[in-house]
Formats: sequence, structure tokens, C-alpha cells
Amino acid sequence: MHYIGRISLFVCLILFAIAGFATPGINMPVGVSPISKQIYDLHMACFWICCVIGTLTFGVLFYSLFKFRKSKGAKAAHFHQHIGIEILWTVIPFLILVGLAIPATIVLKKIHNTDESALTVKVTGYQWKWKYEYLDQGVSFFSTLATNQDQINNKTPKNEWFLLEVDKPMVIPVKTKVKILVTADDVIHAWWVPELGVKQDGIPGFINENWIYAEHPGIYRGQCGELCGMNHGFMPIVVEAVSQEDFKQWVQNHQSASAVDNTNSYKTFTREELVTLGKVEYEKSCAMCHQNTGEGVPPTFPALKRSRVVTGPATANIKFVSQGVPGTAMQAFGDQLDDKTLAVIITYTRQAWGNDKLTEKHKQSIVVQPIDVKNARLSKK
Amino acid sequence: MSEAIVHTHDDAHHHDDHHGPEKGFKRWLFTTNHKDIGTLYLTFSLIMLFIGGIMALIIRVELFEPGKVIVNPEFFNQMTTMHGLIMVFGVIMPAMAGLANWMIPMMIGAPDMALPRLNNWSFWLLPFAFTMLMSTQLMSGPAPDFGWTFYAPLSTLYGPKSTDFFIFSIHMMGASSIMAALNIVVTIFNMRAPGMTWFKLPMFVWSWLVTAFLLLAVMPVLAGCVTMMLMDRHFHTSFFNAAGGGDPLLFQHVFWFFGHPEVYILILPGFGVMSEIIPTFARKTLFGYHAMVYATVLIAIVGFLVWMHHMFTTGAPYSAQLYFMYATMLVAVPTGIKVFNWVATLFKGSITFETPMLFALGFLVMFTIGGFSGLMLSLVPADYQYRDSYFVVAHFHYVLVSGSLFTIIAAVYFWLPKWTGRMYSERLGHLHFWLSVIGMNLAFLPMHFLGLAGMPRRIPDYPLQYTDFNQWCTVGAFIFGFAQLIFLYIIIKSCFSKSKPDVSDRVWEDAKGLEWTIPSPAPYHTFETAPIIK
Amino acid sequence: MASNKQIKSNKRLIIFLVCGVFFMFGFCYMLVPFYEFVCKKEGINGKGANSAALKASDMKVDTTRTIKVEFTTTIHGSLGFKFIPLQRHITVHPGETKLIYFFAENTTGHEITVQAVPSITPMDAARFLKKTQCFCFTQQFFFKNQKADMPVYFFIDPSVPKEIKEVTLSYTLFDASGFPKKDKQAKFTSGRINL
Repeated sequence: MHYIGRISLFVCLILFAIAGFATPGINMPVGVSPISKQIYDLHMACFWICCVIGTLTFGVLFYSLFKFRKSKGAKAAHFHQHIGIEILWTVIPFLILVGLAIPATIVLKKIHNTDESALTVKVTGYQWKWKYEYLDQGVSFFSTLATNQDQINNKTPKNEWFLLEVDKPMVIPVKTKVKILVTADDVIHAWWVPELGVKQDGIPGFINENWIYAEHPGIYRGQCGELCGMNHGFMPIVVEAVSQEDFKQWVQNHQSASAVDNTNSYKTFTREELVTLGKVEYEKSCAMCHQNTGEGVPPTFPALKRSRVVTGPATANIKFVSQGVPGTAMQAFGDQLDDKTLAVIITYTRQAWGNDKLTEKHKQSIVVQPIDVKNARLSKK
Repeated sequence: MSEAIVHTHDDAHHHDDHHGPEKGFKRWLFTTNHKDIGTLYLTFSLIMLFIGGIMALIIRVELFEPGKVIVNPEFFNQMTTMHGLIMVFGVIMPAMAGLANWMIPMMIGAPDMALPRLNNWSFWLLPFAFTMLMSTQLMSGPAPDFGWTFYAPLSTLYGPKSTDFFIFSIHMMGASSIMAALNIVVTIFNMRAPGMTWFKLPMFVWSWLVTAFLLLAVMPVLAGCVTMMLMDRHFHTSFFNAAGGGDPLLFQHVFWFFGHPEVYILILPGFGVMSEIIPTFARKTLFGYHAMVYATVLIAIVGFLVWMHHMFTTGAPYSAQLYFMYATMLVAVPTGIKVFNWVATLFKGSITFETPMLFALGFLVMFTIGGFSGLMLSLVPADYQYRDSYFVVAHFHYVLVSGSLFTIIAAVYFWLPKWTGRMYSERLGHLHFWLSVIGMNLAFLPMHFLGLAGMPRRIPDYPLQYTDFNQWCTVGAFIFGFAQLIFLYIIIKSCFSKSKPDVSDRVWEDAKGLEWTIPSPAPYHTFETAPIIK
Repeated sequence: MASNKQIKSNKRLIIFLVCGVFFMFGFCYMLVPFYEFVCKKEGINGKGANSAALKASDMKVDTTRTIKVEFTTTIHGSLGFKFIPLQRHITVHPGETKLIYFFAENTTGHEITVQAVPSITPMDAARFLKKTQCFCFTQQFFFKNQKADMPVYFFIDPSVPKEIKEVTLSYTLFDASGFPKKDKQAKFTSGRINL
């Protein structure tokens, strides 16, 4: 019977919805920020109001479907308009909306007020990573997805924080209002951490501001919230809230003039050392596009395996990686990675996947030391 | 019948109307008959439904588990983009146009549309447009992969070469819609039967009249938007590029100025269909006809004023966010009026549950649920958590699938006996309905929770916590997809069956309207003499 | 099928609607200057300030309050430039004119024309930050390896709302080679001190 089917389906929907909202981890998080809590309250208030309106409306609907079936002998009435009731069900919803709009307005005002922040962090979205700059503390670094390509390609088991882990999280002190300035380097990205109740678009050429506040220490994870190209799903955000003392210590450990720390530029390494380190660094920084197999995703992301550039003269190879290719997704990694990291990566690629034979055939050196990278950077085109 | 010497634009039928249509493919290529063109639109839409549907299933297979399943992220982005473009521009809009072409002339007592040859061209632009769009999959280099909303600078500075083909195909689709809308407005204004005053117009005709004005107003804006994109890409302008003094946000404003009325274009004709079906099967006149007309117009007007609710997180000033939040919430009022009027039509009616009515009732419940999630989305602080998450995906699928698509399916069941003269199997229709409802809810209800839990949209792979709900979504999507094969079977059987047409003029017991006064199947030419409406 | 009267009536309506369609296409392009106008008027993102602001002769310095102004720079894409603010932040009284410097060095390895694009946050304060001289008003041409100190003179209008206590001025440096201006490139060295 239709009405039984309908009603049971509808009841199932409702129960499922309520179960869903009640289950922790599946509803919007209450979060650890005063704003996230207020957003949660607003969200639940709206949800309950919708439930009430829905129950009333669907109640009348299902009652009608049950009571006024022709098969049970119902005869149709003839009324077809009533101005009073039209006014009633215009005015009442309008008043309900006003009731919702007021708290929403208040919470919004609070979100817009970035005053009295004790700390400012500039967040820049790149394809496909984030850069965090603590402008007053002189700390600056990139934060890249730490999950290995092998996990994504189902070659190794996935760990607990699959796609939600980074190499260097953003660290903030607890119980401190932190102002964030958000922008982007290339296309539009969005910085989103549900538990901090914040999402802010980063638009190239523009700066936006917002603020975050963590009540408790902990690790809060989010993802990029605006389609930004192929690896939009692979640039997570991790914010670690620590005590004030731990934060001071962390700042001291990470202070440097630039994001790139070149203290190792004069060391030399054996080929084995370079390759071993290089594999790890390659899979961290390059494999997202060029793949662990070096085969890339042509033509957008060229293959490094059997690549002319990678098996050709070392200086040109270094310049390519260091200066990037403007207008493409190949960034200037010289701005993001230090000499040693570049050296190990480049050495690794020059001999991986059978490239060693090609590089030797072209009579080019496989090994690239940090000092070679440093010299190549300094020499101009 | 008075045969005044009239000039007919219909080349294939310049004799008298006792000859049938031409035979073979020439009929379909050159037809200017509104019924044929309606059939063409609907057939095209059905084919595109399956193509877009297969893309959706590819997406859902990839999202069945974390990790790469069958496609790489680059191709995945192409699938989400093409699925969106095909469903919006290739399924819903042509299907609504097909219904308009079939039904509007008959509902107003006109012999055909006002501009029959333009009508033919409006349709035939579409297969060309979509061939161009889908051919981008075969080109070297990625097909469009920037989402159906193609934001700059992702689509301008970083877009693949196929973007230019995408732009041209959008131009063609836009031209098709504009010409169809033009035709509809002129037809409704000038070709109503004597006595059919504005407030005697059937609701389906009213809703298409309003929709046609919306199309005429905003499709040119879309054309301008993609032209600016083309100029930025190739002619060194910088509309959307900050380097040359432009602004990526300008793109979003221009696009959503089109984009928001577009969603009303996708739903309003469906509202009109509901206002035809529900009174028929409740055997009671539509409650509050005047209010329904005013509500439709109000929705269209307010729909122009709310576009920035798609941009709440872009860094807008406080006052702008407040205004757009209030305006967006306001749209709930006329929409609610419509839902209440439909429920009031059912109240104290005499209801039967044929398949069109089932889909209409499914629409009533599930579109309203989609409306509720829309209300939640309108609250700016809450939107900071919802935006670009699966909560949004859930919302728009509820209003577009169980909203627009269900109204189209309901309309097809409702009018198919009139078009073909044969009744479809109610048993199969009911099966189609229940499988669609179950599949649809299983596919999209969990998405609300995924979005709330923090899953962004347009990602090919996700953290482990989202696995279970994603798997439910995939199962639901497949159930829904396969259910549509039943629909396909029903349509093919109805159109091509060798059995004799056996359906009465009126088809449904309490069907009211001019279209139910002519035989089933509807003759090739109808209302050549205008009826007089009292 | 259609009578002459109807054809005429159709024609009139069609012409009217087609004009409407072309109007809306033109309206789309009109949205571009309209958007600029609204942004300038409301001062959204500090737009409207890409030319020297005039200081009212009777503008008084409001010594009862101060506003902290922070500076930050972003280099777009792989542009090989060094571009930093020489002071991280300063404190100003509304109405007081201040001078600040940015340092730029062309490390691309060739000569290049760049454009600095300013952006101000919060939005509600953006229109009150007015620059009387800025390197961002024009494109800037740099020889290979050239360095420059780039000054900005600005003030915050005293009518800025009392709630505003912090303002951030950000510049993004773009490669402007794709958007050459008609005048000769070498002229664009105004508003800075070459080092």
C-alpha cells in the first residue's frame, strides 16, 4: 500500500537523519573555538526549526494522503482559495526567518572582528601545499601532504590520518586569538579547519583576514576548500595548538630569515646517501605530480623517466627545478627547498627508473652535490 | 473548417494537414512541428541523462574507497566538470524545453509555436554543442577540469587548451536557450486562444513564461562571461587577472549573476508541472492559483538579487554578507507558499496514486528537504562550514534530482499517453518510482553528514573516516542509475509498441485543460482552428 | 497559419525581446566598470586608491587614538624577485601622514616590468587608507639585477570608524610583461629610489 510504503520510508529517513546528527564525528564538530561553538549552535537551531516545519508540513501531507484516498471513498471538496490562510503562511515563515537571522547576524559580527589578536600568521595557498609565515616571529615554511603516494595507490596500507597529515603543521598557542591573513600564489584556494570554525578563500593578488582561537591543546585537521586543480584533495591543513611555553620554544627552533635553510650547502655526500635521501624527498615533494614511478601524468605533468632534462646537463636540470616554469604547475622549488634537498632529489631522479643508463650515455654526471645547486642558483641565465 | 489562405512556415507540410509527416531522418532534421521538436528535445535529454549518469557512476566508483580506485585525479576532475555541465545544460534544460514545445501550444489552443523554423534551429544547435563539448575528452590534453562553475584564474590562466572548445559550446547552448525562450514568450503572448486571459493560463504555461524571461535575461550574461574568459585567455585582456588590474572575484560575480537565476530556470517549469499533476490526481482545483502565479514571479525577481550567497567565504564586507543572507532567506517565503498550496490542494481531495502522482509526491517531500538544507546554507556563519563541502552537494542534488528531474519524469508519465496513445505499465512505473526514491535517498542523504564531518567536494580521494558513508552513496547511486533503465524501457515500449493506441482523449479521470480535449495520440496538427475559451 | 495582424504583433515583440537580449549581453560587459565603481565607492579592498589621494587641507590628526598598520608582501608565481617591507608594522594617528619603504630586487636574470597590486584588510577599513604616493600606481621597470627602495606615503582618514584598530596593507608583485602599457618601459621607474 502506497501510504504505508511512504510513511515507513519517511520515518526511516527521519530516524537516519537524527541518528546521523546524533553520532559524534558525523555531525558538524562543536570544535574548540568560541566561533565554532556558536556556528554549531546556529546550525542545530536551524536544523530543529526545519524539523518542526517539516513535521508539520509533512504531517498534513501524509494525513491527507491517508485520509483522502479515493479508494477509501473520499470525495473531493471544492474550495480552492483563501486569502487569510495565504497571508498566514506568508507571515509566519517570515517571522521564523527573522528569528533565525538575528543570531546569525550577531555571530557574523563576531567573526569579522579580528581585534586584539596576539599573533598574526599569513597563510598562502599554492598548488598544492600551504605556506605559513609568522610575520612577527620570522618563521616561514611550507606545509605539504605527508601521506606517501604508495598509500594512495594502494601499494601500502593506509595510516590513520591518510590525507590529513602534513610534514610541518602550523603551530599556535592555546587560548590565544590568532589573526590569519589568507592569500594564494596561483589560483583560488580556501583554508578550512572545521574544528576551528574557519574557512577563508585565498585569492591571488588579494589578502583576506579571519581569526582562530583554540580553547584546548590538540591537533586540528582540515582540507583545502576550493577546487584548485588536480591535487585539490591532497593539500591538507594541520593546526597544532600547544601551550604558550611550547609555542615559544617552537618559534625559537624554527626562526630563520627565509623558508629555506641552507646550512648544509657545503657538505658533500656519497651517491648512496644522496639517492636514499633523495627517494624520500622526491616522494614527498614531487611524486604528487610526477608519480613514484616517474611516469607523471602526461601531458600536464611530464614523465621524468627518460626525460631529456633529467638525463641531460646537471646545471640545466638544477635551473629547471629551481626556477620552475612560469605559467605551469611546475613551481620555483628553489624558493621552497634548500640546496641539500634539491641536490638529493635531483640526484635521485637522474638515476631512478633506468635514467642512470641514459644519463651516463649522455655523458652527464648523475651526482649533484648541494654546492652544485648553490652555484647554479647564483649563476644567471 | 475554414481554410483561409494562410501562409504556413512549415515547408514539409505546405499541402493540407491530412498528410502525415515525412518519413525517415529528413522528417527529424527539417521538422518545424512543435510536437516533433518536443520529441527531439526529450530524446536528446534522455540520451544525455545516461551519458551524464555514467560519468556520475565513474565518480562514485572512484569514491567507493579511499585511495585510487579506477581513475587518476586529473580525469576525476574532468568527470565532475562534464557531469555537471551535461546534467544542467544537456538534461534538465532541454527536457524542460521539450515539455514546453509539446505542451504549451496545446495548452493555449495554438496550432504551433510562433516561430517554427527558429524552433528547429534551437534544437539542432544542441547536438552540435554537446558533440563539441564531449569531443574534448578525445583531445590530447585534459578536457575541461575546473568544475561546472569554471572559476578564474583556474579556467583562464591555468585552463587546458580544450577550454576554448568549452567556451564555444557554451555559446551554442546559450544561443539555443535564448532562441527557445524567445519563441516561448512570443507564443504565449500572441497565440493564446480567444478568451484565454492571463489568469486563465495553466500553471505550466505561467511557469514557462516566467522561466523564458529569466533565460532571456541571464543567458546573455553567461555569454558575456565566457567571452571575457576567452579574451583573457587569448587577447591579453585582464578582466579576471590581478596582474593587469583585473579581479578574480569579478568572475564570480558575473558568473553567479547568471548562475543563481539559472537554478530557478531549472526548477520553475517543474513547479508548473507539479501544479498540473497534483490537482489532476487529487481531483481538486489547485489551491491558491493567484498566489501561485505571484509566488512564481516573486521567486524569479528575488532570484536576481541573491547571487553572492555563493561567495560568502571570499572575503566580502560585513554589510554585503548581511544583505545577501537576508535576501536569500527571503526566497524561502514564496517557495514555502508554493509547497503549502500544493499540500492544501491535496487536503480534502480524492487522491489516487498513479505513477505521475507518485513522482509528484516524491518531489513534494524531497524537494522540501532540499529547501531546508538551502535555508541552512543561507546562514553565513554556518555557511563557513558548509561551503564547498558535501553538504552543498547534498543540497543541490536534492533540489535538482528529486526536484527538477522528478518533475520531468512525472511530466513524461503524465503526458506520454497523450503523445503515444498507449498507457504504460503502472506496475513498472511504480517499480521505477520506488527504486528511484530509495536509490536517490541512499545516494544523497549521507552526503549531508559527510559535508558536516568536513569532507570537501570535488576531491577524488578522502580520509579514512569518510569511507562508510561514501560506500552507501555509491550503492545508492547505482540503484538510482539502474532504476532509470526501467524508465527507458517504459518509454521505448510506449513509443514503438505495435499495439493499437487505446487511450481516451482525457486519459486521466479528472484531467483539465485544452490538451485533454484532443485525441490520444495527439494528431500531428492540433488546434488549427482556435477554440473559444469561456 | 498566422494572420497578418499576428505576424506584425509577433515581429514587434520579437524585436523588443531581441533588443533585450543584446542589452543583457552589453549589461554583462557594463558590469565590469559597474563593479569597479561600486568597489571604489565602498572602498572595497582599498580600490579607488590606485592614484594619489588628495589630502583635505583642513584634515586634522586625531591624537586620541592610534591604529596599527601591518605590511606584508607576496610574490606571484615563480617570479624571481625579492620584495619585502622594510618595516613590519607602524602605529599611526588617523590623519597623520607616514612614509614607509619596501625593498625590491630583480633576481630573474633579465630585465622585466612588474606591477604591484595592493590589497587592504579589513574591508570596512580599506577605503580609509589613502596613499598620496605609491609605486603601485604605475608599472615598474627593472634592469637585470636592479635593486630599489620603494616608498609609500599614506594616511588613514580620520573618519575611519572607532572600532578599527588594525589594518593590513599587502602588496602582491606580478610579472606585468603580458600587459604592456603604451609608453616606453624605461619610463616606469617613478616613485622609487634606485639603489
